[in-house]
Amino acid sequence: MHIHALDSYCPGTSPVHRLDPRVKLLLTGLFILTAALLPEREWGAFGVMEGLVLLTTLLSRVGLLRVQRRSAVALPFALAAVTAVFATPGRVLWTVPFLGGTLSITESGVVRFLSILARSYLSIQAAVLLAATTPFPDLLWGMRALRLPRPLVAIVGFLYRYLFVLADEARRMLQAREARSAAPDGRGGGTVAWRARVTGSMAGILFLRSYERSERIYMAMLARGYDGTVRTLSPPSLRPTDWIVGALVGGVLGLILLWGRM
Amino acid sequence: MLFSTLHPAPILMHIPDGFLSPMVALVGWVIAAVGVGLALWRSREALGERQIPLMGVLAAFIFAAQMLNFTVAGGTSGHLIGGALAAILLGPWAGILTMTTVVAVQAILFQDGGLLVMGANITNMAIVACLVGYGVYRGVRLLAGERRWGLLAGGFAAAWTSVVVAAVACAVELGFSGTSPIGIALPAMAGVHALIGIGEGLITLGALALISVARPDLVEMGRAKAAGGFRWTLVGLAVALALTLLSPLASPYPDGLERVAENLGFIEAAQEAPYTVIPDYTFPGLSNEALATIAAGVVGTIIVFGLAVGLASLYRRRRAAEA
Amino acid sequence: MSALREGERPMEACVEVRGLRFTYPDGREALRGIDLTVAPGEKVALVGPNGAGKSTLLLILAGLLHGEGEVRLFGEPLDDRNVKRMRSRIGLVFQDPDDQLFSPTVFDDVAYGPLYAGLPEEEVNRRVAWALSQMGLEGFAERLSHHLSVGEKKRVAVATVLSMRPEVLLLDEPTSGLDPRARRRLIGLLAELPQTMLVATHDMRLVAELLPRTVVLDGGRVVADGPTAEILSDEHLLEAHGLERP
Ligand SMILES: Nc1ncnc2c1ncn2[C@@H]1O[C@H](COP(=O)(O)OP(=O)(O)OP(=O)(O)O)[C@@H](O)[C@H]1O
Ligand SMILES: [Mg+2]
Repeated sequence: MHIHALDSYCPGTSPVHRLDPRVKLLLTGLFILTAALLPEREWGAFGVMEGLVLLTTLLSRVGLLRVQRRSAVALPFALAAVTAVFATPGRVLWTVPFLGGTLSITESGVVRFLSILARSYLSIQAAVLLAATTPFPDLLWGMRALRLPRPLVAIVGFLYRYLFVLADEARRMLQAREARSAAPDGRGGGTVAWRARVTGSMAGILFLRSYERSERIYMAMLARGYDGTVRTLSPPSLRPTDWIVGALVGGVLGLILLWGRM
Repeated sequence: MLFSTLHPAPILMHIPDGFLSPMVALVGWVIAAVGVGLALWRSREALGERQIPLMGVLAAFIFAAQMLNFTVAGGTSGHLIGGALAAILLGPWAGILTMTTVVAVQAILFQDGGLLVMGANITNMAIVACLVGYGVYRGVRLLAGERRWGLLAGGFAAAWTSVVVAAVACAVELGFSGTSPIGIALPAMAGVHALIGIGEGLITLGALALISVARPDLVEMGRAKAAGGFRWTLVGLAVALALTLLSPLASPYPDGLERVAENLGFIEAAQEAPYTVIPDYTFPGLSNEALATIAAGVVGTIIVFGLAVGLASLYRRRRAAEA
Repeated sequence: MSALREGERPMEACVEVRGLRFTYPDGREALRGIDLTVAPGEKVALVGPNGAGKSTLLLILAGLLHGEGEVRLFGEPLDDRNVKRMRSRIGLVFQDPDDQLFSPTVFDDVAYGPLYAGLPEEEVNRRVAWALSQMGLEGFAERLSHHLSVGEKKRVAVATVLSMRPEVLLLDEPTSGLDPRARRRLIGLLAELPQTMLVATHDMRLVAELLPRTVVLDGGRVVADGPTAEILSDEHLLEAHGLERP
């Protein structure tokens, strides 16, 4: 199995796929910003935003389930916010005994926790949709068009290109280690510290290979005229549909925010 | 299963969207922008036109190296995060850029960490981790002189400290956002990552040991790119101290701070999510408890640094006696 | 001396190398005095055992490494001033296509050379389309490099160089790692190209089918240079330098 099978892009020709990557990037950013700026307790507004996500998912035909599954990645982090349930002052709902003392669960604490979850889940769905409907190279030129520092975007481009090559190398090294380790129960031999150091040696080898590869790549670039600058073709101009969709969705998000903050 | 190997980083380090208040996210972006801007400018001087392919491939290396895991116990496994290793091998500036792109791609491609809070994640895992890691590394190497144990001990200490301090930064941000009280988040994050940091340290050490034998010139490359070792140690110490000083201010609903915010007219902002604004004059409402925490943090930092320095010099003296 | 030689021939040699030596920074002597002349339109095989110095020689001819001795390209001595210009006339295809294809998409990679040559955008687009069609890769422009098969990668690698319209093609092991069908296909495509070629390879069937002249390299020296048919029938020579008949 190739690692690139995990690329989150989901090929398609839906209207969402065809929307200009710059517009998609901006709208995703706006969406997440709106979620962040909405006050707590605005369940109605959160609901409308979720509706927006579901609608876009349906339009994109990447699959509701797929988006939800990928969005679950961030759920474990909710642990970090659980403490808000006890730590926020407010009307006490329940008191639970804890380590000899008691903890009071407050109404505002529960509201805060749920609001954080709502914002977080909305945001990650939007990010998943962006990645699922936009090939990464398009995102790259979208970023460039949005004036991110060109060298940084170029580095991201190399990272993306060689991520899969090096991840494959890393996987082969792991398989080679597996093939030679005699512990079938997966415990591995030696002490933990020794295993960690062996893993370190593998990382060292991978580093040397990567470094030498970067030298060859640099030569391949020179051979084709590289002079230290970053050059790219100019991106195509926005189509009328891109403008309309961008303005429309942007406007809806603005209204939601206005409604929520009033 | 392969899926999990591409998502190896401890989830707790990659803050998703929604968990930081807009104000903290904004501050994160400002710090990230300044740090990355500075790094772009300085590493260009150091690496010239080779900068882009070298850092691009090495960023991919960090990404791939995070897949290399080892069994710790009971089905859990440890693996590399890489900030300290990147800073040691490439120098702090190129290290920051490399880690920044890693954090960005993890967020965009794998939704590991949020987009709006990416500034904060870059601040923690790229800027804080690289600066602190590099500072510790240079400090230990200064003590060790040209001896090989300096490289190994420096690598271990740098990796451990970078992970723990980045986790502390993460806890501080969660505290300021009102997501998790600092009194819980800080010890929890620091404690968990003090363990994770040991794995990080051992892997970094193993990698450096191998590279220093095969290509000694590459280990010294990062050093050559950033002269002034002592200054870097001070920078690392300053970042760690700044975080320590900030941490007691990061408690949600700190009464004193809220009063200050009210007086300053910030109360609207503080109403819903308590964006605690850091006042830039004396803290009238700061309780003794907060002061005590600051003091404890400072003392703790000094003790850890002192311990490292003391052990290093002890070891050196014994080596000298043996010789 | 070289002036006299030039006078003897009607056309200027594309590649002319005299007494070329090269030592890697770690002290490894890779080339120990190479003499080689390639005339326009010639298709030359560069064969020899592993470590003979084939790749090193190609890197020097592409102006990526600097050796001692004389290197003349199209009649001009290669130096720091003309090296950028020469690189646009000489295209090097690296052994590992993962080194050659460093951009996220096939289009970006094939467009790279023309873009850095400062060509206008319509011309860049035209060149990309043309180079891809030359290699039988219509419709590959938007593909991701890391999704390609080895054979496709090799063909794209040649296309990235063709789009620069070089006069000389330097190919480093173009057929290694290809299955028989992909190999046949690539040989067929290369046979169609009009460019002067210098091909470093271990694939003796490729040599026999595509390249009328063969240069044998061993230990950093040229040990034989002549018509492929003659060299391939010299059993002693082949055996002495670890080569086999196709
Ligand atoms: N970057 C390098 N540093 C040091 N020595 C090198 C380097 N690259 C090649 N060499 C050495 O130079 C010699 C010639 O290498 P070269 O790659 O040119 O051989 P080759 O004929 O292309 O071999 P192969 O058929 O294996 O590709 C070899 O002995 C090799 O070990
Ligand atoms: Mg070779």
